[in-house]
Amino acid sequence: MSWLSRVVRPKIQAVLRKRDTGDSLWHKCDACNQMIFHRELSDNLNVCPGCGHHMRIAPKERFDSLFDEAQYETLPTPQVAADPLKFRDQKKYPERLREARHKTGREEAMSVARGKIDALPVTIAIQDFAFMGGSMGMAVGESLVMAAERAVKDQTPLIVFTAAGGARMQEGMLSLMQMARGTIAVQMLRESALPYIVVLTDPTTGGVTASYGMLGDIHIAEPNALIGFAGQRVIEQTIREQLPEGFQRAELLQSQGMVDMVVHRREIRPTLSRILQMLMYDRLQKNPATALPRPAALTQADDMPA
Amino acid sequence: MRTYLDFEKPIAELEGKVEELRQLAAEDPTMNISDEVAKLELKADNLLRQSYAKLSPWQKTLVARHPNRPHCQDYIDRLIDDFTPLAGDRGFAEDAAIIAGLGKLKGRPVMIIGQEKGNDIESRMRHNFGMARPEGYRKAIRLMNLAEQFRLPVITLIDTPGAYPGIGAEERGQAQAIASSIERSLSLTVPLIAVIIGEGMSGGAIALAAGNDVLMLEHAIYSVISPEGCSSILWRSSDNAEEAAAAMKLTAQELLSLKIIDEIIPEPMGGAHREPAQAIHQAGEEIRKTLAKLEKLSPDELKQGRREKFLAMGRQGLH
Repeated sequence: MSWLSRVVRPKIQAVLRKRDTGDSLWHKCDACNQMIFHRELSDNLNVCPGCGHHMRIAPKERFDSLFDEAQYETLPTPQVAADPLKFRDQKKYPERLREARHKTGREEAMSVARGKIDALPVTIAIQDFAFMGGSMGMAVGESLVMAAERAVKDQTPLIVFTAAGGARMQEGMLSLMQMARGTIAVQMLRESALPYIVVLTDPTTGGVTASYGMLGDIHIAEPNALIGFAGQRVIEQTIREQLPEGFQRAELLQSQGMVDMVVHRREIRPTLSRILQMLMYDRLQKNPATALPRPAALTQADDMPA
Repeated sequence: MRTYLDFEKPIAELEGKVEELRQLAAEDPTMNISDEVAKLELKADNLLRQSYAKLSPWQKTLVARHPNRPHCQDYIDRLIDDFTPLAGDRGFAEDAAIIAGLGKLKGRPVMIIGQEKGNDIESRMRHNFGMARPEGYRKAIRLMNLAEQFRLPVITLIDTPGAYPGIGAEERGQAQAIASSIERSLSLTVPLIAVIIGEGMSGGAIALAAGNDVLMLEHAIYSVISPEGCSSILWRSSDNAEEAAAAMKLTAQELLSLKIIDEIIPEPMGGAHREPAQAIHQAGEEIRKTLAKLEKLSPDELKQGRREKFLAMGRQGLH
């Protein structure tokens, strides 16, 4: 809840929400239907305290939960050509973008921030399903390239939290090309021998899975996350039969060898910390300076890549 | 028997009349039909020229999927000498949706990798309609490794409705296979030339199309999703495929202006399916020219140049 709603809530509630205060204070779990008090849900990182169901979580709350003392610097979303195809389906693409920005309060479907996990500097990119289904358009691809370039410059690992239906159709082939561009971003990390960790969250499908989503040095998945290439409806229509229970879910993917571990959201930060300390051990031994906090003067926005 | 597309009906009628006249004349040698035939043929020719000069994106989609359009195997048969097919991903299976092997293009040994749709029920089943499973992409990766090791240029022929959406394909990591295929393509230090010969749909196409140069036949299509798929997602109905085809900008001409592709290969009048040999010959010439250009570059220039091309996409020239 933002500071604004906290401050003005009593008055607004008195005026607008005479009858259904319950909606804002209580949240129903999508899986077990249990009513959860909003504070309890956010304290539990949007995981149902009753059944453990992982509901979606906004990038800001995720960043807050990952970085030391919830301290981090958010990198500005790169500017890309707006609506180069002049795309129109039932609505115009700029209209859909406007709606998504209004709904989420965010610029695009990927947010990038830099900060520390247990004193180790890291770069983290989070894909946001609430923003047009997390779809991978030019801005998402460009954010990923920016995050990789930044990670290489700062000599930090890159962690990407994926969530998307796939490519953004409204950008046509320019969105498909992000599969190649996102892959180049991954290669930048590889060539600098920096860890690239993917955390697959619900849902991650299509072109995102089929590029940077499946190229991590280590794959972590959130419990029960839907992860796959083709959408379930498409598969059912193709093979004309029902899909088996648990199909394309994180736990099954682990047994099929596609992800290393399925980790509860609360355990993701300590898990990342443990893994990264080990993967970065050799580098830090050789050059301890990279682990130290950078002087404030160097973290200004002016040394941001163009 | 020629297959006509819906929009070719008027052409079909004219050509049908010519055929009828010829049969009549064969039965009755005294009949003089040459004037009439010449007139009809000229008319049919003009009509063909006119309709193919301004095909709509949806019409191009139909042309790209034309059953008589030359497929991967046809290109290999006509362009590649000593073709030696190689099979299997060395892990699980051979996937006939992707044909690959060693061969010579005008004497130059190359690695050919392409998607084959098949031409009749039996061959379509065998090639799974050009929809590869993970093993197909893993075979492609294996052969790209081989090409890298022995410094052979890689030529990919793209013609697929998409990667296969099935249970087994998912279980064996379709997404991972495609992702790795893109990564391998982008790390090659030998030339990679991708040619979109029919339809290049979605991840199944880009898996093999991250080339130094991407060539595209005049009436081929290349898209993030099929027009039908786009229609059912964005319009929530499959009836708007024609609109979706136009909205997505999937024609060679549109993609050249967006700098997604590098070169358009002209097709014979009336489409590659009318004169397959000529279409394939033309493609062979363009591939050879492109290869000659790329072979002047160093391994590092090939890899860096390919990468920079993709990084530059969408950064300039768009509004």
